[in-house]
Amino acid sequence: MSITELTLYQQAILLLAGLIALTSFLMLGQSRLVRLVLVFALQGVLLAATTSMVAYVLEFPHLYISAGLTLLLKGILIPIMLYRLIYRMGLHREMDTLENPARVMMGGASLVVFSYYVSLPVVAHSPLVTLNAIAVSLAVVLLGMLLMITRRQAVAHVVGFMSIENGLFFAAVVSTYGMPMVVELGVAADVLVATVVFGVFFFQIRASIDSLNVDRLSKLSEVEK
Amino acid sequence: MAWLLAILQTLLFVGAAPLLAGWIKWIKCRLQNRKAPSLLQPYRELRKLYRKQPIMPYPASWIFRATPYIVFASTVLAAAFVPLVAVNLPTARIADVIVLVGFFALGRTFQVLAGMDIGTAFGGMGSSREMTISSLAEPAMLMAVFTLAMSAHTTNLSQAMNYVLDTGLVLRPSFVFAMGGLMLVAVAETGRIPVDNPATHLELTMIHEAMILEYSGRWLALIEWASQIKLMLYGVLIANIFFPWGIAQDFSLEALGFGAVVIGLKLSLLAMMLALSEALFAKMRIFRVQEYLSFAYLLSVLGMLSHIILEAARVHH
Amino acid sequence: MSLFFAYLSVIAALAAALAAVVVDRRLELELLVQALLRRWSNTSARLFSEARDNVLRRNGPFFLLGLSGICAVLAGAGTLASGSVLVDTLPLGLPWLNWHLRIDPLAGFFLGLLGLPLIAISLYGPGYVREFEHGKHPVSALGLFTGLFVAGMELVLLADDAFLFMIAWELMSVASYFLVAYQHDHAPNRRAAFLYLLMAEIGAIAIILAFGVLAGFGGGLTFEVFRGAALNPTWASIAFVLALVGFGMKAGLVPLHVWLPEAHPVAPSHISALMSGVMLKIAVYGFIRFTFDLLDQTLWQWGVLVLLIGSASALLGILYALQQQNLKRLLAYSSVENIGIVFIALGLALIFHSTGQPQLGALGLVAALLHSLNHALFKSLLFLGAGAILHQTHEQSLENMGGLIHRMPKLAAVFLVGTLSIAALPPLNGFVSEWLIFQTALQAGGLESGVLRSLIPTASAVLALTSALAATCFVKVYGVAFLGLPRSYHVAHAREVGHRGMLRGPILLAACCVLLGMLPTPLINAMGVLTRQLTGLALPNISALGWLWLTPVAPEVASYAPALVLVGTVAVGWLCYYLLYRRTGLEPRRAEPWDCGFGGLTPRMQYTSGAFSMPIRRIFQAAFEIRETIEEQRQGPAQVRVTALRYQFQVLDRAWLALYEPSGRAVTWLARRVGRLQTGSIRTYLGYSFFTLIVLLWVIS
Repeated sequence: MSITELTLYQQAILLLAGLIALTSFLMLGQSRLVRLVLVFALQGVLLAATTSMVAYVLEFPHLYISAGLTLLLKGILIPIMLYRLIYRMGLHREMDTLENPARVMMGGASLVVFSYYVSLPVVAHSPLVTLNAIAVSLAVVLLGMLLMITRRQAVAHVVGFMSIENGLFFAAVVSTYGMPMVVELGVAADVLVATVVFGVFFFQIRASIDSLNVDRLSKLSEVEK
Repeated sequence: MAWLLAILQTLLFVGAAPLLAGWIKWIKCRLQNRKAPSLLQPYRELRKLYRKQPIMPYPASWIFRATPYIVFASTVLAAAFVPLVAVNLPTARIADVIVLVGFFALGRTFQVLAGMDIGTAFGGMGSSREMTISSLAEPAMLMAVFTLAMSAHTTNLSQAMNYVLDTGLVLRPSFVFAMGGLMLVAVAETGRIPVDNPATHLELTMIHEAMILEYSGRWLALIEWASQIKLMLYGVLIANIFFPWGIAQDFSLEALGFGAVVIGLKLSLLAMMLALSEALFAKMRIFRVQEYLSFAYLLSVLGMLSHIILEAARVHH
Repeated sequence: MSLFFAYLSVIAALAAALAAVVVDRRLELELLVQALLRRWSNTSARLFSEARDNVLRRNGPFFLLGLSGICAVLAGAGTLASGSVLVDTLPLGLPWLNWHLRIDPLAGFFLGLLGLPLIAISLYGPGYVREFEHGKHPVSALGLFTGLFVAGMELVLLADDAFLFMIAWELMSVASYFLVAYQHDHAPNRRAAFLYLLMAEIGAIAIILAFGVLAGFGGGLTFEVFRGAALNPTWASIAFVLALVGFGMKAGLVPLHVWLPEAHPVAPSHISALMSGVMLKIAVYGFIRFTFDLLDQTLWQWGVLVLLIGSASALLGILYALQQQNLKRLLAYSSVENIGIVFIALGLALIFHSTGQPQLGALGLVAALLHSLNHALFKSLLFLGAGAILHQTHEQSLENMGGLIHRMPKLAAVFLVGTLSIAALPPLNGFVSEWLIFQTALQAGGLESGVLRSLIPTASAVLALTSALAATCFVKVYGVAFLGLPRSYHVAHAREVGHRGMLRGPILLAACCVLLGMLPTPLINAMGVLTRQLTGLALPNISALGWLWLTPVAPEVASYAPALVLVGTVAVGWLCYYLLYRRTGLEPRRAEPWDCGFGGLTPRMQYTSGAFSMPIRRIFQAAFEIRETIEEQRQGPAQVRVTALRYQFQVLDRAWLALYEPSGRAVTWLARRVGRLQTGSIRTYLGYSFFTLIVLLWVIS
């Protein structure tokens, strides 16, 4: 089914999916932590918008609750917590630049192609309209991992982790129209708790090694260097 | 009749370009709380330059003399290919959008050669930077164009606009990305803030102005005019490809008049956006431009990918 | 008829080789002839008069080469016009395998591609080699090997069996080795020539193995048998990869390109033109012949491989070209780029051909062939131009040139055409072929595989980057060499080329560039027989709107009318000129350029070639191995005031460091191991013989 045959709302869902992928790329290229969190918040808002759009098109009222939860947690609450964390630790002026941004970006683009390739068999056997977006959700997960690999700052790792969770949530929304409410509430609570725990950890890490640069945490090898 | 209309449309294009430049300047002045010059100021400047005797530096050769004519002619011809108020004109068949990119490159090449012809450090500096930026901008631009061409199955601009008109309003993620990429490229290629500053003559930061530093009189008039046309060309491309509604599909007088009014509105809106962004952002360091352009390229690539992943027809096995 | 012309052109080339030797040894010949004449008729005739002597010696071989070129063009035109396939057998070669010859549209096209530059070189050569007459190397050797080289290339095109093909291939390689080694008193030249020979032979081995696979399945050595060989996909892929390595080595694909920038600058310029313009295309011919004609199947995976290698060659070739200061070396790297572009088109053709879209396959093939021809024309033109600069100023380095447009205005005008063509600017010929490649790539939307659909646009974005960088590169060449102020004494006092032929050759090529750029449709139409032979399909819509328009797929998909574009540009330009200049009559005034008020601009203040490409060097840092040194001279108390700076940089080829030096070391290490066998003691050697004997006896029993 090509895009011209879809209704306007279905097209809008695909458009939002594209924008969510864009935010993942933006996070990948962002060198300032404050902006990184801002883009993450944007991704949360877009995700909430997609969810409510799906809820409207398919008339699944329970998805509205998920959408509201997403907006509240990932669009507002967690970003604010991270933002305050960054300021309290004095990281807002620090730069975490990529060594070779162009190469990372091209790697990201190939990841998108790869996730498309991987998701082809799933998509081919399903009548669901929104399923084209499953490749995007997989890409968001992979790009989140790439973000964690390429960054040194622990805060960026947390954002990467959260964006992986975003990807999974997005996959759930477009492929099965959301998880059962109990699971969703549980995950939401987990994410919130995780943020708090991470915050505590940051202070611990900084207290012991005086930095949040994870390159300093390289003692995880048994080989003496 | 159609050919006559095509020529008239080109003349309108060439004639309106300084007006657009004046309009951008006017908004920018208002945004910066300055008193704005008249909208017709660019015309007055062109007339003034036209009357002045040009000066040719000693080391310059015939390339320096011929360049303004070549630059102007190639830009005017490029304007002839692009549908402004009506589609289905015969000139659109002569060249497609890739040829259009090639024509920009032709004009630029001669401008760069003229910059090197005078044998000064400024000329060389401007030339080197201009070529660097355009080499990076060209892939981004073509990628955006490809995204479009793959949806519309054509590189002919008139046909592409017809296609968008025929399918009606479709929210295509690929078009959104391609438009973003094309806008960024347009800013870089026309030498606007944040890539270059058309108003500066500060030696170490100028790019475009460094190349044409030695031009004066009617030659300068031609080059300035050509760059105004080029700016308008990019504006028309963005406006008419992504939002072609209102453009005349038949050659009746009402349709043409309506098309002219609509394109005027679209362009003035785009000009406002440009002026606003110029008022908000500062010029970048030259080696930051590559990041800017690779972002443009990324947008175009995402456009291409989302066309393939999200929009294309699914094959059921 | 075309076969006759083809034979004639081979014979003329061989005659040119012979003539070069004969004319050089004319004194001995004179004595011989006179002795013979005296024996029979007692009359004495002079074969050579002193006055005509020099003219004959210089022009004779080149006249014959020109004849060979004309015959080749005629043969090519005849074959393309008639679309006929002519076969012949010559009673030469092995007892059980005579030489099979065949001229078909594909061979005919490449004969024409060979002929045009050859004619230009035959005009150019007499003036150019005059310089070598007083040198220490005999001109006759140059003439001999040039003739053999050309004959070898023509025979490769005509060969219809693997045996003759390899003989002709080796003739071409070895003759060109001697041409590269012509000025062998410089050690780097000998090193370059040896590297060239080594890589040419490794490539030849790969080609022989590829033929071997086909011969094994087909059971014979003629191409006719090869075409009937039924291979399974695995063996076909093995043969394909071997052929890609073999022909790619000769064509200069990355990473097999390293001989090219070494060998091409070293040879005399008209030979560089032949090698870069024509010989690389012979390798392209071999690849097309092998893949599209001899192999009975094509797989899309091959197309992807070729597309990737082609993209890498194109991008790396032009990036390295941009960083060269030696003009001929720069042109050699740009050949790597253009071959890469040809292979991008071939990769597209393979992909479309094997996924059941023969029309697009044919389009890709046409684009590849057209770009080969265009590159042959403009690269020969540029090499001849570089040769003319070298001839007049003895300068190869761009850093010492400048302002040549004032000293050599005619050459500058011709060179400008070459520059604009190679920079792929409309309305010249380089743009037409790249436009066709873009059009082919744009049809990727019809492919079923989404991965291919996303790969092909990415490759074409690489192509866009490449062509933009090529424009940068050649703008730099022209701007630094011809414009601005002269940077050295010789260049400041250069004079326009004296010999008329040295201008006529490049002018001929420039005219071809303009003509092909303006009216490509007739040639592309004529190539219909070629694509029908190879892919079974001609392009149906190519001139759907008439002979002025080029419509590769369909009129509503894309159209381009280069002639109208040119007419339009000239008309608008002239109108402006008339209105602004003729009507006002204001003559421009000459003045000093702006010097910031300090006064006295010197040539040293201009941007140099290295400075021009510095931003690209910095942006694409990862592609290069850059070695920079900055020396500072300080003065004053505590040495704080810097009085002079000296900056030097060197850009090294990554492929050389990553691939060739390690393999060179490995070979040396292996040779040392093997060398241990050689103890120097006679008893050990006897022992070797003894054991060999025992083993052989055991094997036989």
